[in-house]
Order: sequence, then C-alpha cells, then structure tokens
Amino acid sequence: MIWQLDLIILMIVIVLGIGALTVKDLLSAAVLFGAYSFMMCLLWAIMGAVDVAFTEASVGAGVSTVLFVAAVFRTSRRTKD
Amino acid sequence: MDELLTILISRINYWVYIILMMVGMYGIIIKKNLMKKIIGMSILQTSVILFYVSIGAKKNATIPIIEHGHDTGHAAVQATHYINPLPHVLMLTAIVVAVATLGVALALAIKIYKQYNTLEEDELIEILKEKEF
Repeated sequence: MIWQLDLIILMIVIVLGIGALTVKDLLSAAVLFGAYSFMMCLLWAIMGAVDVAFTEASVGAGVSTVLFVAAVFRTSRRTKD
Repeated sequence: MDELLTILISRINYWVYIILMMVGMYGIIIKKNLMKKIIGMSILQTSVILFYVSIGAKKNATIPIIEHGHDTGHAAVQATHYINPLPHVLMLTAIVVAVATLGVALALAIKIYKQYNTLEEDELIEILKEKEF
C-alpha cells in the first residue's frame, strides 16, 4: 500500500461524494457518483483487494451509472437541493 | 503532537470511512429529492465496504494469490505475507446487493414520478395530504 497515493485518492473520494450530493443538476450528480465509484475501485486496487476492485469497476462504476442516467432521463433533471 | 499525527495518518482509512458514512447519512436524512436520497444510500454502502476492506489490509504483504501454488507440494504459506482475503469475499456479496437495492430504488422512484409527477419529498407529502381529505 503506497500511503501517498492512498491519501490523495481518499481526499478525491470525499470531495466527489460531497459534490455528488450538493450539485443542483441530477445528471451531473449521476456522473459525479460514477467518478466516485471509480475512485473507490482505485482505492481497493491499492489496498490489494483486486477482486473487489474488478467487481466495483464493472458493477459499481459501470452498471449503476447507466441505471442512474436512465432513471434521470425517465424522470426530471430538476432538483431543489 | 508527533504521536497524534502518527495515529491520524496510520488510521486515515477509518477516519475517511467515518466521514463518508456521515456524508451518506446527511444525504439520506436532509436532502429532499428522492434521487439524492438514493445517492446518499449508495455512499453509505460504499463507506461500509471501505471499512471492511481496510480491516484486511496489511503492511508489507502482497495480494492473496499463491504463486506456483498448484501441484508443487509446498502447500503451507506464511499468513503474514498475504493480505487477509476473507473481508474481500464478504464485500463482493455486498457490492452485488448494493446494485440490486439501487435498481429497486430507482424503479420505485420512476414509478412515483409517473404517478405524482414530482420527485421532491415535501411536494409528495403535500399531494398525499390533499388526497386524504
């Protein structure tokens, strides 16, 4: 585990998580959440959990982003908070 | 002061786990939009997975795959040389469950939007109160 890389990616993860919750557009929130999942995948690859990293990259960053974007296009992009 | 800094840096994953869990809780409780609530739920789930994977991490250890382990006759390995794979396997199941719950939650949100034409929680409560009387 390289602790410098670990620290940087942990900071990016926090920023992306807060950004996905605070942004005013739901499509942007979905894309930011996809980036958050991908950074989590990098974090697990650093910690040596390669199988979890594989699954997160395909299922977490891939499928859930597609599901989110599809749901946003079927409903509305507008949000009050 | 130096010792405190050492403790903070060596446990940085757990601190980030706590912060992410609080961010997810904030999203679920405070945010009024249903999509934002679902995103908060996903962040909460990934924070728990981060905690479990951090438990299994070790210093100076490699990934839990035995090199030339098959058919060599040297089956015994030193456990300190390998990262603990048990939390990884548990969290593999948790990721799949997380995507299943996400799918169900988004399907429910689409259904609610088709019925009431809004995703905001306060507007939904208003509409439901009007329907009652």
